[in-house]
Amino acid sequence: MKKTVKLTVNGTTYERDVEPRTLLVHFLRDELGLTGTHIGCDTSQCGACTVSVNGQSLKSCTAFAVQLQGAEVMTIEGLAKEGELHPIQQGFWEMHGLQCGYCTPGMIMQSVQLLDRNPNPTEEEIRRGIEGNLCRCTGYQNIVKSIQWAAQHKNQGQTEIPEASAPKVDPQPIAPVP
Amino acid sequence: MIPGKFEYFAPTSVSEAIGLLGQYGSEAKILAGGQSLIPAMRFRLAQPEILVDINRIQGLEYVRETDDYLEIGALTRESAIEKSTIVQQRYPMLADTARVIADPLVRNMATIGGNLAHADPANDHPATILAYNARIVAEGPGGERIIPVDDFFIGIFETSLERDEILKEILIPSPPGGSGGAYLKIERKVGDYAVVGVAVQLTMEDGLFKSIRIGLTNVSSTPMRARAAEALLVGQTPEEALFDKAGRVAAAECEPWADLRGSEEYKRDLVRVVTKRAIRKAIERANGVL
Repeated sequence: MKKTVKLTVNGTTYERDVEPRTLLVHFLRDELGLTGTHIGCDTSQCGACTVSVNGQSLKSCTAFAVQLQGAEVMTIEGLAKEGELHPIQQGFWEMHGLQCGYCTPGMIMQSVQLLDRNPNPTEEEIRRGIEGNLCRCTGYQNIVKSIQWAAQHKNQGQTEIPEASAPKVDPQPIAPVP
Repeated sequence: MIPGKFEYFAPTSVSEAIGLLGQYGSEAKILAGGQSLIPAMRFRLAQPEILVDINRIQGLEYVRETDDYLEIGALTRESAIEKSTIVQQRYPMLADTARVIADPLVRNMATIGGNLAHADPANDHPATILAYNARIVAEGPGGERIIPVDDFFIGIFETSLERDEILKEILIPSPPGGSGGAYLKIERKVGDYAVVGVAVQLTMEDGLFKSIRIGLTNVSSTPMRARAAEALLVGQTPEEALFDKAGRVAAAECEPWADLRGSEEYKRDLVRVVTKRAIRKAIERANGVL
Protein backbone atom coordinates (compact mmCIF):
# COMPACT_ATOMS: atom_id res chain seq x y z
CA MET A 1 0.00 0.00 0.00
CA LYS A 2 1.39 3.37 -0.99
CA LYS A 3 2.07 6.11 1.54
CA THR A 4 2.02 9.82 0.97
CA VAL A 5 5.30 11.50 1.73
CA LYS A 6 5.79 15.24 1.80
CA LEU A 7 9.27 16.65 2.05
CA THR A 8 11.35 19.58 0.91
CA VAL A 9 14.22 19.05 -1.50
CA ASN A 10 16.52 21.96 -2.34
CA GLY A 11 13.87 24.40 -1.15
CA THR A 12 10.96 22.94 -3.13
CA THR A 13 8.26 20.98 -1.34
CA TYR A 14 7.15 17.77 -3.01
CA GLU A 15 4.28 15.43 -2.19
CA ARG A 16 4.28 11.95 -3.70
CA ASP A 17 2.59 8.61 -3.11
CA VAL A 18 5.32 5.99 -2.81
CA GLU A 19 5.72 2.40 -1.75
CA PRO A 20 7.24 2.30 1.74
CA ARG A 21 10.15 0.27 0.33
CA THR A 22 11.22 3.17 -1.92
CA LEU A 23 14.71 4.16 -0.88
CA LEU A 24 15.44 7.86 -0.63
CA VAL A 25 17.96 7.64 -3.47
CA HIS A 26 15.36 6.10 -5.79
CA PHE A 27 12.83 8.73 -4.71
CA LEU A 28 15.25 11.52 -5.60
CA ARG A 29 16.33 10.04 -8.90
CA ASP A 30 13.19 8.35 -10.19
CA GLU A 31 10.37 10.43 -8.67
CA LEU A 32 12.00 13.85 -8.72
CA GLY A 33 14.46 13.39 -11.58
CA LEU A 34 17.37 14.61 -9.46
CA THR A 35 20.01 12.32 -10.89
CA GLY A 36 22.99 14.19 -9.42
CA THR A 37 22.77 11.81 -6.46
CA HIS A 38 24.51 8.67 -7.67
CA ILE A 39 24.04 5.01 -6.86
CA GLY A 40 27.49 3.50 -6.50
CA CYS A 41 27.76 0.28 -4.55
CA ASP A 42 24.19 -0.32 -3.41
CA THR A 43 25.65 -1.83 -0.25
CA SER A 44 25.87 1.23 2.04
CA GLN A 45 29.62 1.49 1.65
CA CYS A 46 30.65 3.94 -1.03
CA GLY A 47 28.84 7.19 -0.14
CA ALA A 48 28.14 8.20 -3.78
CA CYS A 49 24.50 8.68 -2.74
CA THR A 50 25.30 11.07 0.13
CA VAL A 51 22.73 13.83 0.67
CA SER A 52 22.02 16.19 3.53
CA VAL A 53 18.85 15.65 5.60
CA ASN A 54 18.03 18.33 8.17
CA GLY A 55 21.66 19.40 8.07
CA GLN A 56 23.10 15.90 8.59
CA SER A 57 24.66 13.89 5.81
CA LEU A 58 23.47 10.36 5.23
CA LYS A 59 23.61 7.62 2.65
CA SER A 60 20.36 7.95 0.75
CA CYS A 61 20.48 4.27 -0.22
CA THR A 62 20.12 3.45 3.47
CA ALA A 63 16.93 5.32 4.34
CA PHE A 64 13.36 4.93 3.14
CA ALA A 65 11.69 7.98 1.64
CA VAL A 66 8.70 7.53 4.00
CA GLN A 67 11.01 8.04 6.96
CA LEU A 68 11.68 11.59 5.80
CA GLN A 69 8.17 12.95 6.19
CA GLY A 70 8.60 16.71 6.70
CA ALA A 71 12.38 16.65 6.27
CA GLU A 72 14.57 19.23 4.55
CA VAL A 73 16.77 17.49 2.02
CA MET A 74 19.65 19.04 0.12
CA THR A 75 21.23 17.34 -2.86
CA ILE A 76 24.15 18.35 -5.05
CA GLU A 77 21.68 20.20 -7.30
CA GLY A 78 20.84 22.56 -4.43
CA LEU A 79 24.37 23.74 -3.66
CA ALA A 80 25.12 26.32 -6.34
CA LYS A 81 23.27 29.60 -5.84
CA GLU A 82 22.31 31.81 -8.78
CA GLY A 83 24.76 30.13 -11.07
CA GLU A 84 27.63 30.54 -8.63
CA LEU A 85 29.36 27.42 -7.41
CA HIS A 86 29.44 26.65 -3.70
CA PRO A 87 33.00 27.11 -2.33
CA ILE A 88 33.39 23.34 -2.07
CA GLN A 89 32.34 22.84 -5.68
CA GLN A 90 34.76 25.57 -6.64
CA GLY A 91 37.46 23.88 -4.58
CA PHE A 92 37.00 20.64 -6.51
CA TRP A 93 37.26 22.67 -9.72
CA GLU A 94 40.36 24.57 -8.64
CA MET A 95 42.28 21.65 -7.18
CA HIS A 96 41.25 19.01 -9.70
CA GLY A 97 39.40 17.04 -7.02
CA LEU A 98 37.85 14.59 -9.45
CA GLN A 99 38.65 12.40 -12.37
CA CYS A 100 35.68 10.30 -13.45
CA GLY A 101 33.35 12.30 -11.21
CA TYR A 102 31.21 9.42 -10.05
CA CYS A 103 31.90 9.88 -6.33
CA THR A 104 31.98 13.66 -6.56
CA PRO A 105 28.39 14.60 -5.64
CA GLY A 106 28.57 12.46 -2.51
CA MET A 107 32.08 13.60 -1.72
CA ILE A 108 31.01 17.24 -1.98
CA MET A 109 27.86 16.77 0.11
CA GLN A 110 29.88 15.11 2.87
CA SER A 111 32.45 17.91 2.66
CA VAL A 112 29.66 20.44 3.21
CA GLN A 113 28.81 18.80 6.53
CA LEU A 114 32.47 18.43 7.40
CA LEU A 115 33.13 22.18 7.02
CA ASP A 116 29.84 23.10 8.71
CA ARG A 117 30.92 21.20 11.80
CA ASN A 118 34.58 22.07 11.63
CA PRO A 119 35.43 25.16 9.56
CA ASN A 120 39.20 24.69 9.97
CA PRO A 121 39.87 20.97 9.77
CA THR A 122 43.36 19.53 9.81
CA GLU A 123 44.34 17.18 7.01
CA GLU A 124 43.74 14.25 9.35
CA GLU A 125 40.30 15.52 10.27
CA ILE A 126 39.44 15.88 6.58
CA ARG A 127 40.58 12.34 5.86
CA ARG A 128 38.59 11.04 8.80
CA GLY A 129 35.57 13.09 7.79
CA ILE A 130 35.38 11.54 4.33
CA GLU A 131 36.01 7.98 5.49
CA GLY A 132 32.54 6.98 4.37
CA ASN A 133 33.04 8.15 0.79
CA LEU A 134 35.07 6.06 -1.62
CA CYS A 135 36.92 7.40 -4.65
CA ARG A 136 38.61 4.94 -6.99
CA CYS A 137 40.44 7.48 -9.19
CA THR A 138 42.23 10.18 -7.28
CA GLY A 139 43.88 8.49 -4.34
CA TYR A 140 42.15 11.22 -2.31
CA GLN A 141 45.12 13.61 -2.52
CA ASN A 142 43.36 16.21 -4.62
CA ILE A 143 40.06 15.72 -2.83
CA VAL A 144 41.78 16.64 0.43
CA LYS A 145 43.36 19.65 -1.28
CA SER A 146 39.96 20.67 -2.67
CA ILE A 147 38.40 20.65 0.78
CA GLN A 148 41.36 22.58 2.17
CA TRP A 149 40.92 25.13 -0.62
CA ALA A 150 37.22 25.44 0.22
CA ALA A 151 37.90 25.83 3.94
CA GLN A 152 40.35 28.60 3.25
CA HIS A 153 38.09 30.50 0.87
CA LYS A 154 34.85 29.89 2.75
CA ASN A 155 36.38 31.35 5.91
CA GLN A 156 37.39 34.47 4.09
CA GLY A 157 33.74 34.95 3.20
CA GLN A 158 34.84 35.13 -0.36
CA THR A 159 32.04 34.67 -2.85
CA GLU A 160 33.89 35.65 -5.99
CA ILE A 161 36.62 33.31 -6.96
CA PRO A 162 39.51 35.27 -8.46
CA GLU A 163 40.79 34.09 -11.81
CA ALA A 164 44.35 34.09 -10.45
CA SER A 165 43.68 31.18 -8.15
CA ALA A 166 43.19 28.83 -11.05
CA PRO A 167 44.70 25.36 -10.59
CA LYS A 168 48.38 25.27 -9.85
CA VAL A 169 50.53 22.25 -10.39
CA ASP A 170 51.85 21.07 -7.07
CA PRO A 171 55.59 20.46 -7.56
CA GLN A 172 55.77 18.51 -4.29
CA PRO A 173 55.94 14.74 -4.55
CA ILE A 174 52.79 13.18 -3.20
CA ALA A 175 53.17 12.29 0.45
CA PRO A 176 52.36 8.72 1.43
CA VAL A 177 48.91 8.23 2.94
CA PRO A 178 49.30 7.95 6.68
CA MET B 1 18.61 -3.52 -5.10
CA ILE B 2 15.12 -2.98 -3.85
CA PRO B 3 13.85 -4.43 -0.58
CA GLY B 4 10.80 -6.68 -0.43
CA LYS B 5 7.39 -5.18 0.21
CA PHE B 6 6.33 -4.27 3.70
CA GLU B 7 3.74 -2.25 5.52
CA TYR B 8 5.05 0.80 7.34
CA PHE B 9 4.03 2.27 10.69
CA ALA B 10 5.55 5.28 12.42
CA PRO B 11 4.22 5.33 15.99
CA THR B 12 4.82 8.42 18.11
CA SER B 13 4.91 6.75 21.52
CA VAL B 14 6.58 3.69 23.03
CA SER B 15 3.22 2.23 24.06
CA GLU B 16 1.87 2.59 20.52
CA ALA B 17 4.97 0.82 19.19
CA ILE B 18 4.61 -1.99 21.73
CA GLY B 19 0.96 -2.35 20.68
CA LEU B 20 2.02 -2.79 17.04
CA LEU B 21 4.65 -5.37 18.00
CA GLY B 22 2.03 -7.25 20.03
CA GLN B 23 -0.45 -7.12 17.16
CA TYR B 24 1.91 -8.31 14.41
CA GLY B 25 4.23 -10.57 16.40
CA SER B 26 7.10 -12.12 14.50
CA GLU B 27 6.12 -10.39 11.22
CA ALA B 28 7.10 -7.02 12.66
CA LYS B 29 10.56 -5.57 12.90
CA ILE B 30 11.64 -2.34 14.57
CA LEU B 31 13.36 0.22 12.34
CA ALA B 32 15.76 2.41 14.35
CA GLY B 33 18.80 3.80 12.52
CA GLY B 34 18.34 1.18 9.82
CA GLN B 35 22.03 0.94 9.01
CA SER B 36 22.09 -2.83 9.48
CA LEU B 37 18.44 -3.58 8.74
CA ILE B 38 18.06 -1.69 5.45
CA PRO B 39 21.18 -3.24 3.85
CA ALA B 40 19.91 -6.67 4.98
CA MET B 41 16.51 -5.88 3.43
CA ARG B 42 18.11 -4.78 0.17
CA PHE B 43 19.88 -8.13 -0.05
CA ARG B 44 16.56 -9.79 0.93
CA LEU B 45 18.36 -11.37 3.86
CA ALA B 46 15.62 -9.79 5.95
CA GLN B 47 12.07 -9.52 4.63
CA PRO B 48 9.88 -8.24 7.43
CA GLU B 49 6.23 -7.75 6.50
CA ILE B 50 5.77 -4.93 8.97
CA LEU B 51 8.24 -2.17 9.79
CA VAL B 52 7.69 -0.21 12.99
CA ASP B 53 9.72 2.97 12.57
CA ILE B 54 10.49 4.29 16.07
CA ASN B 55 12.29 7.42 14.90
CA ARG B 56 9.16 9.53 15.46
CA ILE B 57 9.08 8.69 19.18
CA GLN B 58 10.31 11.68 21.15
CA GLY B 59 12.55 11.43 24.20
CA LEU B 60 14.67 8.41 23.36
CA GLU B 61 17.79 10.33 22.28
CA TYR B 62 19.94 11.46 25.19
CA VAL B 63 23.20 10.92 27.03
CA ARG B 64 23.13 12.02 30.67
CA GLU B 65 24.90 11.13 33.87
CA THR B 66 23.14 10.55 37.18
CA ASP B 67 24.73 9.56 40.51
CA ASP B 68 24.82 5.89 39.63
CA TYR B 69 24.72 5.59 35.87
CA LEU B 70 25.42 7.00 32.48
CA GLU B 71 21.98 6.82 30.91
CA ILE B 72 21.78 6.53 27.14
CA GLY B 73 18.51 6.63 25.24
CA ALA B 74 18.18 3.74 22.81
CA LEU B 75 17.73 6.03 19.80
CA THR B 76 20.89 8.02 20.51
CA ARG B 77 22.94 8.22 17.31
CA GLU B 78 26.53 7.01 17.29
CA SER B 79 27.65 10.47 16.13
CA ALA B 80 26.09 12.00 19.28
CA ILE B 81 27.86 9.48 21.52
CA GLU B 82 31.13 10.14 19.70
CA LYS B 83 30.80 13.89 20.29
CA SER B 84 29.47 13.76 23.88
CA THR B 85 31.82 15.47 26.33
CA ILE B 86 30.67 13.28 29.24
CA VAL B 87 31.43 10.19 27.20
CA GLN B 88 34.84 11.43 26.09
CA GLN B 89 35.88 12.44 29.60
CA ARG B 90 34.27 9.81 31.81
CA TYR B 91 33.60 6.82 29.55
CA PRO B 92 36.54 6.74 27.13
CA MET B 93 35.96 3.09 26.20
CA LEU B 94 32.52 4.07 24.92
CA ALA B 95 34.05 6.94 22.94
CA ASP B 96 36.64 4.50 21.53
CA THR B 97 33.77 2.29 20.38
CA ALA B 98 31.50 4.90 18.81
CA ARG B 99 34.30 6.38 16.74
CA VAL B 100 35.27 3.11 15.06
CA ILE B 101 31.74 2.05 14.07
CA ALA B 102 31.35 2.07 10.29
CA ASP B 103 31.92 5.61 8.93
CA PRO B 104 30.74 9.16 9.72
CA LEU B 105 27.69 8.93 7.45
CA VAL B 106 26.49 5.69 8.97
CA ARG B 107 27.13 7.06 12.48
CA ASN B 108 24.78 9.98 11.79
CA MET B 109 21.92 7.49 11.55
CA ALA B 110 22.99 4.37 13.45
CA THR B 111 21.75 4.04 17.04
CA ILE B 112 23.28 2.36 20.08
CA GLY B 113 19.99 0.61 20.82
CA GLY B 114 19.89 -0.86 17.32
CA ASN B 115 23.52 -1.92 17.53
CA LEU B 116 22.72 -3.91 20.70
CA ALA B 117 19.26 -5.24 19.81
CA HIS B 118 20.58 -6.53 16.48
CA ALA B 119 22.95 -8.73 18.56
CA ASP B 120 25.38 -9.18 15.73
CA PRO B 121 28.59 -10.58 17.27
CA ALA B 122 30.46 -8.46 14.69
CA ASN B 123 28.96 -5.24 16.09
CA ASP B 124 31.18 -3.21 18.37
CA HIS B 125 28.91 -2.09 21.20
CA PRO B 126 28.13 -5.56 22.62
CA ALA B 127 31.73 -6.16 23.74
CA THR B 128 31.93 -2.72 25.31
CA ILE B 129 28.59 -2.99 27.05
CA LEU B 130 29.56 -6.42 28.41
CA ALA B 131 32.82 -4.98 29.73
CA TYR B 132 30.93 -2.10 31.38
CA ASN B 133 28.52 -4.54 33.04
CA ALA B 134 25.66 -2.42 31.76
CA ARG B 135 21.95 -2.88 32.29
CA ILE B 136 19.43 -2.85 29.49
CA VAL B 137 16.05 -1.21 30.11
CA ALA B 138 13.25 -2.82 28.09
CA GLU B 139 9.59 -1.93 27.98
CA GLY B 140 6.77 -4.29 27.10
CA PRO B 141 3.01 -4.40 27.64
CA GLY B 142 3.56 -5.15 31.35
CA GLY B 143 5.87 -2.17 31.88
CA GLU B 144 9.62 -1.81 32.23
CA ARG B 145 12.20 -4.35 33.27
CA ILE B 146 15.95 -4.22 33.64
CA ILE B 147 18.04 -6.92 31.99
CA PRO B 148 21.64 -7.43 33.21
CA VAL B 149 23.87 -7.40 30.13
CA ASP B 150 25.19 -10.89 30.94
CA ASP B 151 21.66 -12.18 30.31
CA PHE B 152 21.00 -10.06 27.21
CA PHE B 153 22.83 -11.78 24.35
CA ILE B 154 21.58 -15.34 24.04
CA GLY B 155 22.51 -16.36 20.49
CA ILE B 156 23.52 -15.12 17.09
CA PHE B 157 21.25 -12.15 16.31
CA GLU B 158 19.25 -13.15 19.38
CA THR B 159 18.59 -11.28 22.61
CA SER B 160 16.43 -11.91 25.64
CA LEU B 161 14.01 -9.16 24.50
CA GLU B 162 10.48 -10.48 24.04
CA ARG B 163 8.75 -9.98 20.69
CA ASP B 164 6.63 -7.16 22.06
CA GLU B 165 9.40 -5.47 24.03
CA ILE B 166 11.41 -2.41 23.04
CA LEU B 167 14.93 -1.63 24.17
CA LYS B 168 14.55 1.84 25.70
CA GLU B 169 17.70 2.71 27.57
CA ILE B 170 21.22 1.56 28.36
CA LEU B 171 22.54 2.09 31.89
CA ILE B 172 26.30 2.08 32.34
CA PRO B 173 27.39 2.02 35.99
CA SER B 174 29.49 5.07 36.92
CA PRO B 175 33.05 3.83 37.23
CA PRO B 176 34.52 4.15 40.74
CA GLY B 177 37.87 5.92 41.29
CA GLY B 178 40.85 4.01 39.91
CA SER B 179 38.88 2.76 36.89
CA GLY B 180 39.88 2.78 33.26
CA GLY B 181 38.76 1.17 30.04
CA ALA B 182 39.70 0.85 26.39
CA TYR B 183 38.26 -0.65 23.23
CA LEU B 184 40.69 -1.64 20.50
CA LYS B 185 39.51 -2.82 17.11
CA ILE B 186 41.48 -4.35 14.27
CA GLU B 187 39.76 -3.76 10.95
CA ARG B 188 40.94 -4.44 7.42
CA LYS B 189 39.68 -1.07 6.24
CA VAL B 190 37.49 1.76 7.45
CA GLY B 191 33.87 0.79 7.75
CA ASP B 192 34.47 -2.93 7.92
CA TYR B 193 33.46 -5.16 10.77
CA ALA B 194 36.19 -6.01 13.24
CA VAL B 195 38.57 -8.82 12.50
CA VAL B 196 38.87 -8.78 16.27
CA GLY B 197 37.88 -6.23 18.91
CA VAL B 198 38.70 -6.24 22.61
CA ALA B 199 37.01 -4.15 25.31
CA VAL B 200 38.60 -3.97 28.75
CA GLN B 201 37.14 -2.16 31.76
CA LEU B 202 39.00 -2.44 35.05
CA THR B 203 39.31 -0.94 38.51
CA MET B 204 42.62 -0.81 40.37
CA GLU B 205 42.92 -0.70 44.18
CA ASP B 206 46.13 -0.62 46.21
CA GLY B 207 48.10 -1.48 43.10
CA LEU B 208 46.08 -4.63 42.35
CA PHE B 209 43.32 -5.48 39.88
CA LYS B 210 40.18 -5.09 41.98
CA SER B 211 37.89 -5.99 39.12
CA ILE B 212 38.18 -6.46 35.37
CA ARG B 213 35.75 -7.36 32.59
CA ILE B 214 36.82 -8.18 29.05
CA GLY B 215 34.43 -8.24 26.09
CA LEU B 216 35.36 -9.66 22.67
CA THR B 217 34.04 -8.69 19.22
CA ASN B 218 33.49 -11.06 16.30
CA VAL B 219 35.23 -14.14 17.68
CA SER B 220 32.15 -16.10 18.78
CA SER B 221 28.60 -16.57 17.54
CA THR B 222 27.26 -14.70 20.58
CA PRO B 223 28.98 -11.60 21.99
CA MET B 224 31.18 -12.95 24.77
CA ARG B 225 33.31 -12.13 27.79
CA ALA B 226 36.80 -13.55 28.22
CA ARG B 227 35.90 -14.88 31.66
CA ALA B 228 38.94 -17.11 32.16
CA ALA B 229 41.26 -14.20 31.37
CA GLU B 230 39.32 -11.98 33.78
CA ALA B 231 39.58 -14.59 36.55
CA LEU B 232 43.32 -14.84 36.01
CA LEU B 233 43.79 -11.11 36.59
CA VAL B 234 41.56 -10.27 39.54
CA GLY B 235 43.49 -9.69 42.75
CA GLN B 236 46.84 -9.76 40.95
CA THR B 237 49.57 -7.18 40.50
CA PRO B 238 49.63 -5.76 36.99
CA GLU B 239 52.76 -6.89 35.20
CA GLU B 240 53.74 -7.71 31.67
CA ALA B 241 54.07 -11.49 32.16
CA LEU B 242 50.54 -11.58 33.52
CA PHE B 243 49.11 -9.57 30.61
CA ASP B 244 50.81 -12.01 28.29
CA LYS B 245 49.21 -14.94 30.06
CA ALA B 246 45.80 -13.23 30.02
CA GLY B 247 46.13 -12.70 26.27
CA ARG B 248 46.90 -16.40 25.76
CA VAL B 249 43.96 -17.45 27.90
CA ALA B 250 41.57 -15.12 26.05
CA ALA B 251 42.88 -16.46 22.72
CA ALA B 252 42.15 -20.00 23.90
CA GLU B 253 38.64 -19.33 25.20
CA CYS B 254 37.24 -17.41 22.20
CA GLU B 255 35.63 -19.29 19.31
CA PRO B 256 36.56 -17.61 16.02
CA TRP B 257 36.01 -19.12 12.60
CA ALA B 258 37.92 -18.78 9.35
CA ASP B 259 36.46 -16.33 6.85
CA LEU B 260 37.57 -13.56 4.49
CA ARG B 261 38.98 -11.66 7.47
CA GLY B 262 41.44 -14.40 8.36
CA SER B 263 42.03 -17.92 9.59
CA GLU B 264 41.04 -19.12 13.02
CA GLU B 265 44.69 -19.16 14.11
CA TYR B 266 45.24 -15.60 12.93
CA LYS B 267 42.20 -14.34 14.80
CA ARG B 268 43.19 -16.13 18.00
CA ASP B 269 46.63 -14.60 17.77
CA LEU B 270 45.09 -11.15 17.29
CA VAL B 271 42.94 -11.71 20.39
CA ARG B 272 46.12 -12.57 22.30
CA VAL B 273 47.92 -9.42 21.20
CA VAL B 274 45.01 -6.99 21.31
CA THR B 275 43.89 -8.18 24.77
CA LYS B 276 47.34 -7.30 26.12
CA ARG B 277 47.26 -3.90 24.45
CA ALA B 278 43.77 -3.14 25.72
CA ILE B 279 44.71 -4.09 29.29
CA ARG B 280 47.76 -1.82 29.13
CA LYS B 281 45.72 1.06 27.77
CA ALA B 282 42.95 0.59 30.34
CA ILE B 283 45.55 0.69 33.13
CA GLU B 284 47.03 3.87 31.69
CA ARG B 285 43.59 5.43 31.74
CA ALA B 286 42.95 4.21 35.29
CA ASN B 287 46.13 6.09 36.14
CA GLY B 288 44.74 9.25 34.61
CA VAL B 289 46.24 9.15 31.13
CA LEU B 290 43.51 9.73 28.54
